[in-house]
Amino acid sequence: MDEKPPPPLRELFAGFFSVGVYGFGGVLPWARRMIVEQRQWLSPADFNDMLALCQFLPGPNIINLSAALGFRWYGWAGAITCFTGLMFAPMVIIILMGMGYAHVSGHPFVQHALSGLAAAASAFVIATSLKIASPLLRRPYSLGIVAVTFLAAAVFRVPLLYVVIVFAPLSILLLAQVEK
Amino acid sequence: MSLSINPDLISLATIYGQLSLLAFGGGNSILPEMQRQIVDVHHWMTAREFVSLYAIAQAAPGPNMLVATLIGWQVAGLSGALVATAAISWPSCLLTVAVSSVWFRFREARWRRLVQVGIVPVTVGLVMAGAALLTYTTSSSWGLLALTAVATVVFLRTKLHPLIVLAAATALGATGWLS
Repeated sequence: MDEKPPPPLRELFAGFFSVGVYGFGGVLPWARRMIVEQRQWLSPADFNDMLALCQFLPGPNIINLSAALGFRWYGWAGAITCFTGLMFAPMVIIILMGMGYAHVSGHPFVQHALSGLAAAASAFVIATSLKIASPLLRRPYSLGIVAVTFLAAAVFRVPLLYVVIVFAPLSILLLAQVEK
Repeated sequence: MSLSINPDLISLATIYGQLSLLAFGGGNSILPEMQRQIVDVHHWMTAREFVSLYAIAQAAPGPNMLVATLIGWQVAGLSGALVATAAISWPSCLLTVAVSSVWFRFREARWRRLVQVGIVPVTVGLVMAGAALLTYTTSSSWGLLALTAVATVVFLRTKLHPLIVLAAATALGATGWLS
């Protein structure tokens, strides 16, 4: 894909470390900026292709991407280096936040503040769901799949395994039929 | 040396290992199942505590899957945090590494696009379900429900950095006027 020599391992670590530290509110834009614009490890097209793979497969997209990118250049050593670089700082930070929460969570002031934060976090997920839903308006039948998936997961609390096993193939077959 | 392993660690590994391989469309799609397992099946915490931890994870840097780390920490301390993080990440990472060499050969394949596009409605339905469950728990008063509504519009209609909105909502909540 690209003929450039691979960046040294410590640069891979440093690059993903910076994504982990700065990546507030979703890491994808930060990862793209670091990999494509700042360090130019991948061309925009290569990055998109790699991201498509990570979005196609299950799991945390950017974590998958860090492992796949590291593996491509250095095998398992590269995968572990990129993964550790990405996760180390956020893990330490979130554990410190968890310790802080355990100390102060009983305090009414903290309870009030957290209920405000949580209300905004709900809003963030609502907004995300509406943003990713907007391309579906071009294919109205797919809104039926959205509705049954929603009902199964939110109202009937069906285990995710069954939801995915039933509705994912159904949705793909439907698309294949419509586009024939 | 004792060979007994905290059963909670095994449960955490099982839950998050499964979620890792079912998380189509990233972290928010597994929110309903995570809440079901943590709150309803294992009774490790109340829905309110779960939502608080989820909100804290949203305000922290890093991939949003780090909510797994925080919940693991809450359930079983440092070893819980490490086990949950490894379980949510490693199965899907192994799969990605295994598939990546094959993937680029099918760049133009029709099935690849069908699967990619076809799975989106399921992801959207799951993220909406997660949003509904979160909002159901966080809207303990009309004031907080109104805050969620206003913040949603701000996220959709403005380019404000999400962290600024989260900080403003935290400050507003801290006044106690909304509760």
